[in-house]
Amino acid sequence: MDALRRAWQSDFLWAFSRSPMAVVSFLLVLIMVLGAALAPWIAPHNPFDPSTLNLMNGFSKPMEPNMITGDVFWLGTDDQGRDVFSSILYGMRISLFVGFTAVAFAMVLGVSLGLLAGYVGGWVEGVIMRIADVQLTFPAILVAMLIFGVAKGITPVHLRDQMAIWVLIIAIGLSDWVQFARVVRGATLVEKNKEYIQAARLNGRRPLGIMVLHILPNVLNPVLVIGTISLALAIIAEATLSFLGVGAPPTKPSLGTLIRVGQGYLFSGEWWILFFPAVTLLVLALSVNLLGDWLRDALNPKLR
Amino acid sequence: MLAYIIRRVFQSVIVLLVVGLVAFSMFRYVGDPIDNMLGQERTDADIERLRGELGLDQQAPVQYVKFLRSALKGNFGVSYRQGRPVATIIAERLPATLELAFVSGLMAIVLGVTLGVLTAIYRDGFGSHLVMTLSLIGVSLPTFLIGILLIYLFSVELNWLPSFGRGDVVQLGFWSTGFLTASGLKALILPSITLGLYQMTLIMRLVRSEMLEVLRQEYIRFARARGLRDKAVNFRHALKNTLVPVITVTGLQLGAIIAFAIITETVFQWPGVGLLFINAIQFVDIPVMAAYLMLISVMFVGINLIVDLLYYAIDPRLHTDNSARAH
Repeated sequence: MDALRRAWQSDFLWAFSRSPMAVVSFLLVLIMVLGAALAPWIAPHNPFDPSTLNLMNGFSKPMEPNMITGDVFWLGTDDQGRDVFSSILYGMRISLFVGFTAVAFAMVLGVSLGLLAGYVGGWVEGVIMRIADVQLTFPAILVAMLIFGVAKGITPVHLRDQMAIWVLIIAIGLSDWVQFARVVRGATLVEKNKEYIQAARLNGRRPLGIMVLHILPNVLNPVLVIGTISLALAIIAEATLSFLGVGAPPTKPSLGTLIRVGQGYLFSGEWWILFFPAVTLLVLALSVNLLGDWLRDALNPKLR
Repeated sequence: MLAYIIRRVFQSVIVLLVVGLVAFSMFRYVGDPIDNMLGQERTDADIERLRGELGLDQQAPVQYVKFLRSALKGNFGVSYRQGRPVATIIAERLPATLELAFVSGLMAIVLGVTLGVLTAIYRDGFGSHLVMTLSLIGVSLPTFLIGILLIYLFSVELNWLPSFGRGDVVQLGFWSTGFLTASGLKALILPSITLGLYQMTLIMRLVRSEMLEVLRQEYIRFARARGLRDKAVNFRHALKNTLVPVITVTGLQLGAIIAFAIITETVFQWPGVGLLFINAIQFVDIPVMAAYLMLISVMFVGINLIVDLLYYAIDPRLHTDNSARAH
């Protein structure tokens, strides 16, 4: 946390306000996070409450009054009269929740294992880094699919839909920890031989205390950067898995699920059911990505 | 050199054994094979008999060795969902995936290298800026959205190309090919663009940055001073020296193409092993999942090994200092 505070007090904010791209990306992400968080209060309809739906409103075009009921929907409706805008708000909730939680999980796991590997060394390091190597041989999305499939096999049938979100989080998180572990291990190897660590050791601090209180704050910058970029990747991974039908269940549709459903209406001309969720996903992933790029440059003193 | 090769092959075998262990654990501990194979009207005697037949009453290490032995023979049991041998199903589906991956890979390499060289030579031209901007968008679009976009443009709006399937295929022995019919070739276009686009942009950006680096070197200026024509300088002298990193990245991307084929095959309902794998996950068809895992690991590990050895063969600097690659 110390690194955060120092960055905050330094020219971090100043650099931020000087980069229009960073400000715009940040605002977009902020709006989307707020929209997702406040969805139950600001969404015009609750897409999960069938009593508020009117089948007559099905396939309303965006911004045009419905031919039968005369209701106007900003972004149109799907086949059952669900408001696309509301579905997107609720979908973003799932996408962002899965994204954030999966990255947090990967971060905690990767940072702990990286610290352990770097500080303890020996066979512990060997085992952790070999596992990381084997996992890196395979693309993350494939690893996530496989973990999802196995977890689905283990969970009892009646719990599958309820557990799907958590299984998804674990699958994406487990597919992504390697990045964190490798970077933290590298940074730890550098820090561990510095004098302040030796001093702490001579003071009789236990290894756990040294790792958490002394080394961790000093390796946090790269972790933040990787975390932001991982968030964009995790959001896209979630959307991809849900699009493929091996992610969020139909009862809790994420942006990927909405795109999967929308693809079915592409040929019959109802383009808006697909188009708006797809654009939302793109803008979300792109702004998080740009924010990560900016953060990487801003936290790197060499580039100043 | 020999020590390096032996160590590298040894590592690959370890990785495959670990993956084999994962696949074996899936068979052994996810769901009950007995449950999946016997119907409702089973007796305890039936269960005991099948348990003995399948060797499930033996120790886990013994079972693992047995599993590896049958996996080496290509025997992965029977699909829970289709009731047919997994090896047969995969053999039917594999040509579709390999043809798709081949065309995408070829497209990615040819277009990627060409565009990379051109954007480096004409670095300030309008075309270069356009290509670079487009490539940035191409990299940030998720694969499945690119596929949907192409389907919308070329199948729905223009109605030029089919949106799903392989078209007509010709059976050549065990291999079914779409290369020999007009509809098969047409059906290949959209999926291979979808699959190869990301790799193409990656190769293009890499070749471009390497070329820009090389073109600044002294020997290029010297070659120009000698009066060599631009073509000879750019392609014979400059491009050749960018190839080491390009080969590494391209090789590793070949593995990625086979993995990402899962997404493309789902978008276009392409009847390959990727679609098979996704369906297997949806229906928790463990034998198919395990077999796909083993198949793709053999491909990945093989490709990685070949790339590493090629790298070693191409770059003479590594012959004296091989500690850099060992980590």
